Amino acid sequence: MIRFILKGILRDSTRSKFPILIVAIGVFFTVFMVAFLGGVFDDMIDLNARFSTGHVKVMTVGFSENQAQNPLDLAILDLDSLTAHLERQYPKMIWVPRIHFGGLIDLADEDGETRGQGPAVGQALDLFSENNSDIERLNIASALRSGSVPKSAGDALISEEFADKTGLSVGDEITFFGSTMYGSMSFQNFKVSGTISFGNPSLDRGGFIIDISDARQMLDMENGATELLGYFDGNIYDDELAEKITKEFNATYSDSDDEFSPIMVTLKQQNDLASLLDYAAYMQQIMVIVFIAAMSIVLWNVGLLGGLRRYKEFGVRLALGESKSAIFKNMLIEAFLIGLIGSFLGTLISLVVLIPLSIYGIDISGLLPDMTLMMPSTLRTVITPSIFYLGFIPGLGAMLLGQALAGIGIFKRETSRLFKELEV
Amino acid sequence: MNLLITLFIGFMMWQNTPTAEAIIQKVDDNINSENRVVESKMIIRGKRGKRVITSKSWSVGYTKSLTEYVSPARERGTKMLKLEDELYIYSPTTDRTISLSGHMLRQSVMGSDLSYEDMMEDRKLLDIYSAELLGEELLEDRKVYVLELIAKVDDAAYQKRKMWIDTERFIPLKEELFAKSGQLLKKTIYSDVSKIDNRWFPKTVVYKDMLKDGDGTVFTMIDIKFNQDIPDYIFSKAALKR
Repeated sequence: MIRFILKGILRDSTRSKFPILIVAIGVFFTVFMVAFLGGVFDDMIDLNARFSTGHVKVMTVGFSENQAQNPLDLAILDLDSLTAHLERQYPKMIWVPRIHFGGLIDLADEDGETRGQGPAVGQALDLFSENNSDIERLNIASALRSGSVPKSAGDALISEEFADKTGLSVGDEITFFGSTMYGSMSFQNFKVSGTISFGNPSLDRGGFIIDISDARQMLDMENGATELLGYFDGNIYDDELAEKITKEFNATYSDSDDEFSPIMVTLKQQNDLASLLDYAAYMQQIMVIVFIAAMSIVLWNVGLLGGLRRYKEFGVRLALGESKSAIFKNMLIEAFLIGLIGSFLGTLISLVVLIPLSIYGIDISGLLPDMTLMMPSTLRTVITPSIFYLGFIPGLGAMLLGQALAGIGIFKRETSRLFKELEV
Repeated sequence: MNLLITLFIGFMMWQNTPTAEAIIQKVDDNINSENRVVESKMIIRGKRGKRVITSKSWSVGYTKSLTEYVSPARERGTKMLKLEDELYIYSPTTDRTISLSGHMLRQSVMGSDLSYEDMMEDRKLLDIYSAELLGEELLEDRKVYVLELIAKVDDAAYQKRKMWIDTERFIPLKEELFAKSGQLLKKTIYSDVSKIDNRWFPKTVVYKDMLKDGDGTVFTMIDIKFNQDIPDYIFSKAALKR
């Protein structure tokens, strides 16, 4: 039966060509948009996790409430014992201390006086210890534009943009001027070991990266950090696990009345990422629904036209004794097969486009000069298992719905009028 | 007859009330001097505890001043030099002189409730503000004039100041400092008023930045000397490294 219908579809191209084309185009757009948006959202979340939020983050209660002001006086102290506890409790997780700080980078002339300066958005990472993982996590090696990653105390990485503006190069000396965590003035000379560019304006503007030991000494923050980030094994975010760990930790350690007590938050609870993740899920659903609706309308019309064209055929079949429901069922099977072929073609075409885009991406760094949002400068698509079947939902759904709507007319045919209609 | 006497007394009192400008002039005369040398102590009460910072300052008029921090050890030798409206900070640990300008001057000094701008503002009040006398009050058992000062220059640190000035000693006892928007930015309480070299001077000032948490900063002048012989060379960038 199916073989017979399939032959009909393939041999009568007027019956199948246009619907297959419509389905293929619709499926292509659905799959492409889902993969594209999924890729962008995934990259945004990954970028935030790597640079800012971790999969979970531990701060003091006071720091978490005033995070935008980066209050150094509310940093976590006695970090070693906290980290040791977390490592014992969650041995599969990696815990990374970081310090975010701000200040001025000052450049000296030959008399040691200011010849230029600019704001510094500082980040202190564990760069020197043997088991450091942040160099890889932040892709520092590939972000290097010149020089090398800091290897010894007093080395610093500065953003390529700042280096270009000020004429700084590797080996030059700069002075950081800021405040310690207790509010005292803080001065420290550094040697530029390299320049970096992450390709993201919000990360590159005033970027200044030093080792955490230098920052602790400079900011009078012994055994402290502004935040302790936790990453899951394999660097894959698991929201349920993050929620569970966070609840356990906060129940043991956190006291909302004590601004110095630690508090843990999940990735989703930071930087409005929860709404972003929800938005991504909604967008996928909306897109599938929109394409089903739009394609159904088009395919309904195609079905109606097909019904008119095959008016006589259906009349003859009814006259020969075939039941209306059998014809309707045949039409639906036919629609299913057309939808299947169209969906397959649409998915195939979309993969041809998506695979290179997932590898090379689209560089939009030129469009983001003043961007403050932490978002990737190269937009990539993501190929997930759902991509291979997702297109079949609108493809088959729209085709079946369109054909079903168009086929309802079969039930309005009256056998008694068939001969008149067929002008026999 | 009684009415006439009351009117006469009232007229005499009105005659004796100085104008707002005259009050501010007297305050300027008390506060400002040709030069002065001050040893001071600043108690900063932050979230993580109290810090005491001592310093010595030399100033000439309102264009030149030098402050050298004496303690604690982390701050020792740090110097701040003001020349006209430029501010230079010297750090002995890095042997660098850094120039501060623009929005950086609004930052807190050493985590205190004072900004660099507050430290630099030495101009006479009458040069910056026009004053209006709002009335008289009792403040801590002292009779005070209440004045409102509105900035008449563009570069004033505060657009409006409300001052409570001792009617006898012509020293501010309390002050509120406002932004252009009308927001209250700082409150200051002056106390420990002593007569030094024939002028009244408040030796302790409590500054409270209203935009910050905390209990404020207590600035106490341990020793103050007016009209000293201050060598001019100390007010140079080159001298900072000495």
